[in-house]
Amino acid sequence: MTRYRQKHYLPWVDRHKQGALFTRGMHLDWPLLAGLLLLAAIGLVVLYSASGQDLEHIWRQIIRLGLAFGVMVGVAHIPPHQLERWTPWLFGAGIIMLLAVEIVGDISKGAQRWLDLGFVRFQPSEIMKVAVPMMVAWYLAESRLPPSLKTTAVAAALIFAPVGLIAMQPDLGTSLLVCTAGIFVVLLSGISWRFIGTVALLGACAAPLMWFFGMHDYQRQRVLTFIDPETDPLGTGYHIIQSMIAIGSGGLYGKGWLNGTQSQLDFIPERSTDFIFAVFAEEFGFFGIVLLLAVYLFIILRGLYIANQAQNSFTRLLAGSLTITFFVYLAVNIGMVSGLLPVVGVPLPLISYGGTSMITLMTGFGILMSIQTHRKLVTT
Amino acid sequence: MSTPVRSEAWRRWFILGLLVCGAVGLVWRSVYLQWVNQDFLQNQGDARHLRVVELAANRGVIMDRNNEPLAISTPVDSVWVNPKLFLASAGSSDVALLAKSLEMKPEELSQKIGLRADREFVYVKRRVAPELAERVARLGLAGVSLQREYRRYYPMAEVAGHVVGFTSVDDEGQEGIELAFDEQLRGTRGAKRVLRDSLGNVVETVESISEPQPGQDLVLSIDRRIQYLAYRELKAAVQTHRAKSASAVILDVQTGEVLAMVNQPSFNPNNRASYDTSHNRNRAVTDLFEPGSTIKSFTVAAALEAGKITPSTVIDTAPGYMRVGRNTIRDAVNYGTIDISTVLQKSSNIGASKIAFEITPEQLWKTFSNVGFGVASGSRFPGEASGVIGDYWRWKQIQQASHSYGYGMSVTALQLARAYGVLAADGVLRPVSFVKVDEAPVGQQVMPAAVAREVRTMLESVVADAGTGKRARVTGYHVAGKTGTIHRSISGGYADDRFSALFAGIAPATKPRLAMVVVVHEPTGNEYHGGSVAAPVFARVMSGALRLLNVAPDDLQSMKVHQAALPDGAAGAGRLVRTSAGGAQ
Repeated sequence: MTRYRQKHYLPWVDRHKQGALFTRGMHLDWPLLAGLLLLAAIGLVVLYSASGQDLEHIWRQIIRLGLAFGVMVGVAHIPPHQLERWTPWLFGAGIIMLLAVEIVGDISKGAQRWLDLGFVRFQPSEIMKVAVPMMVAWYLAESRLPPSLKTTAVAAALIFAPVGLIAMQPDLGTSLLVCTAGIFVVLLSGISWRFIGTVALLGACAAPLMWFFGMHDYQRQRVLTFIDPETDPLGTGYHIIQSMIAIGSGGLYGKGWLNGTQSQLDFIPERSTDFIFAVFAEEFGFFGIVLLLAVYLFIILRGLYIANQAQNSFTRLLAGSLTITFFVYLAVNIGMVSGLLPVVGVPLPLISYGGTSMITLMTGFGILMSIQTHRKLVTT
Repeated sequence: MSTPVRSEAWRRWFILGLLVCGAVGLVWRSVYLQWVNQDFLQNQGDARHLRVVELAANRGVIMDRNNEPLAISTPVDSVWVNPKLFLASAGSSDVALLAKSLEMKPEELSQKIGLRADREFVYVKRRVAPELAERVARLGLAGVSLQREYRRYYPMAEVAGHVVGFTSVDDEGQEGIELAFDEQLRGTRGAKRVLRDSLGNVVETVESISEPQPGQDLVLSIDRRIQYLAYRELKAAVQTHRAKSASAVILDVQTGEVLAMVNQPSFNPNNRASYDTSHNRNRAVTDLFEPGSTIKSFTVAAALEAGKITPSTVIDTAPGYMRVGRNTIRDAVNYGTIDISTVLQKSSNIGASKIAFEITPEQLWKTFSNVGFGVASGSRFPGEASGVIGDYWRWKQIQQASHSYGYGMSVTALQLARAYGVLAADGVLRPVSFVKVDEAPVGQQVMPAAVAREVRTMLESVVADAGTGKRARVTGYHVAGKTGTIHRSISGGYADDRFSALFAGIAPATKPRLAMVVVVHEPTGNEYHGGSVAAPVFARVMSGALRLLNVAPDDLQSMKVHQAALPDGAAGAGRLVRTSAGGAQ
């Protein structure tokens, strides 16, 4: 299939080759880079408003963005086969660090998520957002596709070991995202629909058990509040109500940059981090949202295109999973802020203020670029 | 590496479809919130950050008849705290800092805030001085705000406290004129719409809904110079005689206006830290007492009006006592056979009783009622008492007698002054007014003018050398008046050793302008008679008031006598000069 496409482009092959050669030298995917830069720029504009016009915030965010883009470029230079070789080691290290967190991790805001290595403090669960899909892709690529029941079971173990560790911290949001990233690899690998249906059914049965035995009180509370925020308008429902009001009062055209009353008067909680979408929606309105989603969609479609172009199972599964996970981040954040989903601490990719998740995200895009730019143009 | 499986293309479309569904879901949600529910959510938003704030209105100024201020409002700030917010952000050093700026104890402050820790509003100090408010504002502490209010100042303090009254901390009239005319003075609060942040801080004013309408100014009938004079003299008398309480009222008999009204003890409406309600009472209108001999003028008037006596009628008061049923009426000494004028001059109880016996109880009662006893004066003053003059159809002989010399009934100082005003105004009763009147209100002829004039002439004899009220004399003016020395009524009878000393009078007697009543309750010491305790106060205040009002003297004879006697009467003259100077300041 891939080869057919290549043939199709033959009339322009010279020009394409020249451009491609240059791009390949830099190992950057220009459309993807353009989309990301555009998003980062939008993010800075919104952040200026959401932070209460604090330039200090902007500078810090720019430094973070610079660092993250640097990481992306670095990762993009690593050939996929190299990544493939490192995958088990990365995954293993991630598991060890998660165990370490359980034992010696720092407690912050009631959860044990941080690992202090002396020179740097970070959340090992972030690594897993990339390491789990890599590991599952690596494992499935080694075996015969579509995966057998036994292979699927091993893949499930590879997913749920780290997910369980993260959920114990407790960090439900991240564990769900890691889980999603892993499961999409399995789904993409060609697993039979009958199997998917069975698992979905089992999951539906397990949900009540989860509710009674697997969740913390505050998590249950979040779900309840999600179902009806008005039950606790001053407590847990407060965030959702305020952000829904902000989005709704934006209307079609928005109130204009720096003019959102809900945003500027500090009614939106966490307005520069998790709830920054509410600020954007209030100030730029429905058309602003459509425009923002268009940029996101462009990046996602480019990611899927890269997955489609990928030349082996590992890279194809990994690229597909990373791209879909990116969409899941986006959908979960916007869904949460607009009251469609329960509140889970997921930042809006590339726009929310904050560093750790941005580095992870850009590592993912680095991998996508590496996959795209290390393709062999001429099939041997 | 791997061969594409059969279902792979389909699978890709499926994944893509999921993504599109997700994206459509988000967009749909956005349409739902921003289009379908926009109005509702917009209103919800407005309800959260738009607030209507009331604006205090400036209370009207109360002025005396010469437009000198008696009560004025000045803008001040009250400091309030949002405890939730303040406690969340403030350390103990902030509390100490705020306490220091407010000149409060830190413990007191934290207790005040701590009591309402879960609320969002508590006044920590109301009506602070401007420099204090500025200092607090400069601290810029979270949750500490200022609120504009108006504070009432009373430039005359104790001197006019009873008449003017005072307002509550919320600027509402509580007592006196402030209460009586509250509606007129109060004004209308304004309102504005403001933008508030989530912490309750007002960020900006969106629009003004209504401007506060300041209250109307009020010009009282009080003349602050005379008021001050009356206050000073009454206070001096109370101190000299170590009396329990006292009141004085001066009326302009031509208009019914109250020119001065003072009481002892007094209070300072600017500082109510030591709040004693008994000091707040405007005794001149709220407190009742038996008028005693001062009522005899009206007993005589009633008999004159009934035609039962004439000024030349003589009455036998010998031997100085008279049995009425089981009771005995006594005079101080045996006056023998005397004319009506002498009955008043010497204040004979037997004379008054015999005059009363000449007429029916109804005639006596009617005269009392006509001149305003037993009914409220119509002054609108809060807490005014109307007094009791009894039911004449139940009077036995002894009651008829006791009413004739002022026992068994009760009046206020204001009522007594108003009644003497009827004598002064040739029998015309006018409503009493605390507000300056432009034009004399039409009065009611309640007594024949000739009778009023006759009584007035007879009352001049009271201040003659032989009279009980000679110390009420005012150089240059004829004075008509009547003393009264009343045993205080106590439970079960009358006290032997507790008196009220009264003087009620009119000046100038030939062309009356002012009526004045002085009552001093329970003077202790050797002097307790109306003629020795109340009459001198009357003389000093009246002489000052007449001069301040530029009333033409009607008794040039006495001035010549006075000037001739100057060398040995210098002390008295000096007193008069000081009095008028003091009043004019």
